[in-house]
Amino acid sequence: MSNRSFLLEIGLEEMPARFVDDAMHQLADRVTTWLGEHRISYGDVEKYATPRRLAVKVLEVAEYQEDLQEEARGPAKKIAQDENGEWTKAAQGFAKGQGVSVDELYFKEVKGESYVFVTKDFKGKETSALLSGLKSVVEQLTFPKNMKWNAYDLRYVRPIHWLVSLYGEEVIPMEITDISASNVTRGHRFLGGPSEIGHADEYETKLLQEFVIPEPNERKEAIRQQVGEIASREGWYVPIDEGLLNEVNQLVEYPTALYGHFDESFLRVPDDVLVTSMKEHQRYFPVHDDNGDLLPYFITVRNGDHRHLENVQKGNEKVLRARLADAEFFYNEDLKIRPDDAVNRLESIVYHEELGTLGDKVRRLRTISEQLADRLQLSSEEKQHLERAAHLSKFDLVTNMVDEFTELEGRMGEEYALKAGEAPEVAKAIVEHYSPKQAKDPVPKSTIGAVLSVADKLDTVIASFGIGVVPTGSQDPHGLRRQTAGVVQILLEQSWQIDVRDVTNDILEQLASRQLLKQEREEVAETVNEFIKQRVKNVLQERGVRYDLISAVLNGPIGRIDRVIEKAEFLQKRVEEEQFKSTVEAFSRVTNISKKSSHLVDVDSSLFTEEQEHVLHEKVQKVEQDISQAKEDADLEGEFAALESLTPVIHDYFDHIMVMTDEKRQRDNRLAQMTSCASLITSFADFQAIVFSS
Amino acid sequence: MNVQDMILTLQSFWAEQKCIVMQPYDVEKGAGTMNPMTFLKSIGPEPWDVAYVEPSRRPADGRYGENPNRLYQHHQFQVIMKPSPVDIQDLYLESLKRLGIDPEKHDIRFVEDNWEAPTLAAWGLGWEVWLDGMEITQFTYFQQVGGLDASPVSVEITYGIERLASYIQDKENVFDLEWVDGFTYGDIFTQNEYEQSKYTFEVSDSSMLFHLFSTYEEEANRSLDEGLVIPAYDYVLKCSHVFNLLDARGAISVTERTGYIGRVRNMARKCAKLYYEERERLGFPLLKQKEGSSDE
Repeated sequence: MSNRSFLLEIGLEEMPARFVDDAMHQLADRVTTWLGEHRISYGDVEKYATPRRLAVKVLEVAEYQEDLQEEARGPAKKIAQDENGEWTKAAQGFAKGQGVSVDELYFKEVKGESYVFVTKDFKGKETSALLSGLKSVVEQLTFPKNMKWNAYDLRYVRPIHWLVSLYGEEVIPMEITDISASNVTRGHRFLGGPSEIGHADEYETKLLQEFVIPEPNERKEAIRQQVGEIASREGWYVPIDEGLLNEVNQLVEYPTALYGHFDESFLRVPDDVLVTSMKEHQRYFPVHDDNGDLLPYFITVRNGDHRHLENVQKGNEKVLRARLADAEFFYNEDLKIRPDDAVNRLESIVYHEELGTLGDKVRRLRTISEQLADRLQLSSEEKQHLERAAHLSKFDLVTNMVDEFTELEGRMGEEYALKAGEAPEVAKAIVEHYSPKQAKDPVPKSTIGAVLSVADKLDTVIASFGIGVVPTGSQDPHGLRRQTAGVVQILLEQSWQIDVRDVTNDILEQLASRQLLKQEREEVAETVNEFIKQRVKNVLQERGVRYDLISAVLNGPIGRIDRVIEKAEFLQKRVEEEQFKSTVEAFSRVTNISKKSSHLVDVDSSLFTEEQEHVLHEKVQKVEQDISQAKEDADLEGEFAALESLTPVIHDYFDHIMVMTDEKRQRDNRLAQMTSCASLITSFADFQAIVFSS
Repeated sequence: MNVQDMILTLQSFWAEQKCIVMQPYDVEKGAGTMNPMTFLKSIGPEPWDVAYVEPSRRPADGRYGENPNRLYQHHQFQVIMKPSPVDIQDLYLESLKRLGIDPEKHDIRFVEDNWEAPTLAAWGLGWEVWLDGMEITQFTYFQQVGGLDASPVSVEITYGIERLASYIQDKENVFDLEWVDGFTYGDIFTQNEYEQSKYTFEVSDSSMLFHLFSTYEEEANRSLDEGLVIPAYDYVLKCSHVFNLLDARGAISVTERTGYIGRVRNMARKCAKLYYEERERLGFPLLKQKEGSSDE
């Protein structure tokens, strides 16, 4: 018999859409890993998944396991045989343990010592006799959330209803809970029925007859095409949100797209509200015209065929109507609220038990953003807008709409602020101060939005650290890592030249004055700095900077993030140059030896005995001046060039001078010279962290 | 089909499935799950199949009878089966057919929805069932009840009667639903909705309610100390309702809120534990009865 396909299908009650894709890949990976471990060769792998099934079909699964020859080592010869060359008890025991007679033992040298060996041949078993072992694979699939049902002990994503386990035409027995594997799958819940699969290769064909498209990409493309057809027939523009498409795809086994209509009057409600209602709550695709304006239609995907679509359309229209009526009611009610009154209501909403109300949070935001504005030397007009935006930053949290659609925080603030006659700059900053919400989100475009966002995030992070709430491991319930990463992202994109230590201190000062600092101030400053550093490290890693260079630039506390990044990328460019290695060697010699200096003395040139000491002394003073000039000009190349010019002088110095002389005064003086030189070097980077391949 | 016929249909359908048809419980509650026929009976190994209508009060959802969809009090049809039958989804879909909803002519989906009741220390996994995009049922496999692992697992099916009726009768406004010939939902409930909303949002006496909460809480704990779980649980329900009234009135701040929820949860946990112990002490009588009947 030639190689056969093997099919394994797990039939379940509807799985959460968001788990399906991962589970499908996991099943295929685990099945093929299992086959590999059991020395069963196989060909291509086909993966299938719908809300009610996970399946894998492995083609050309070998009829037999591969044979295996295994050599086992026993005791050393001197133990295995006595002086007469007879097998000892030890050797006999070994042979018995291996299931062979002593006649099959032979000797082989290992590291000069002779040992007893035996070769065992395992004849590959028939695959069909082994496949039942895949039961453990089925049981061990992992899901983000598991449940129990009935009185079974198994924890699984949802209850299992059927198993198909077919090797060619042969059912491979398997039993889980009370379910026995068979060759009968089930079709669409309403349109299909049970279907016997004659051969594993028939799987997809049989399911298609039962109104199930088991291959997820095929199903997804069918949806995309159907949505596209409706759009082009009606002359609409329907952007496809891939996340939504994926979710919809895993909610259906047999998709049919259809459209519905809603009353045009709802278009007065802001687009974001309509879109959220349609997408998040109903999983509809919103419909636009060519200009991108929203039209009073939606496209939804039904799990079924074309019959009775009018019922489905009518039902969906009714649901959306109720939702939009609610949204419209909230919108109209919210428009009656004056933003300043809403701000007052923040006083009674607790932000955090130990950190006070949202009103307190807003007061802190106002101070922090004002201090930031001063540091960034914003214009007085910008400052005015910023102050207003800080004041209004959280007012929309008390509106009905945000209460109902929390994801619209900020966005509603912008909308209502504009409607209340606030300046567009102010309104924009209100929505922008929440971004970036996720790693790939864009940062605020406006300066005041950016300032407000940094102020808000740093207040959250530093205040949390201040009361001892620090993320550990995977625990970061307040998203402090994400928020700090957002701050770093904004600082870089805005190219702000501010020292994060200064800003941290401003905020700590304020927290202390409000009695909100429960931890030692210096310690908080340090942990916050270390925390920021970690985020910068991530940025450098994402930008492909070498690991050792990252360590080199992140020595000591971090101040100007932009400079650290610039430095790392600069070093990354230089590190491959021939000259660079020699420079790093020179610098390392200096920094290494300077560590031997036990107490600080000033360099006394009158103690110099060698010319190289004088040369280095003058050079260090010159480089010091050059560096401070280059720093002033923000000229990183110049700064490094100055430092680099030390290289030949340092090499020459070490070629002629022994620092650790026996004469104490001279030794201390030379060490002092090394220390002053080292401090110039390490103020640029920790060059010793840089690794050269030999 | 009018509302009364829907209820009668569901009752007879689930009675055919050997569910005991119960009547609503006589203490105010926010959901059918809080009825002791669900909360207490789903604890422990004893089998339990029950169905009942539950008028459920959600003071914060009161809209003076003016909103077409939101109500101070709505009706749930509640089914509990322990252990959860393996064909429970099919049974449920069959019940929809009885209500005249042919799944082939609609779009019915089981969409992930995980249920959690913080005041009951209870959670479960399951779905909301969508009928042409409308949520008509909450379908949950209980995993924990009163902080105790559900073993065996109970399944809870909660039909939203008003939602389903508005679909079946094709009405936009809940008050236009026909309860029986000649009586609309509005005829029966408009005054209730108005008065309860007015009371909740404008008239209720918060200091009296705070006082009641503490009194009920003390009495619940005292009953628990006496080993009387059923009366204790009644007072837990009362606490929960009083809390809902205070919350709707805006009398409880966010921080206090967590505290009050925690107090109700603590009592619910104690009730669950004591109920289990009491049943255990009695030798889990329903378990024996079941075994006995299968021996016949």
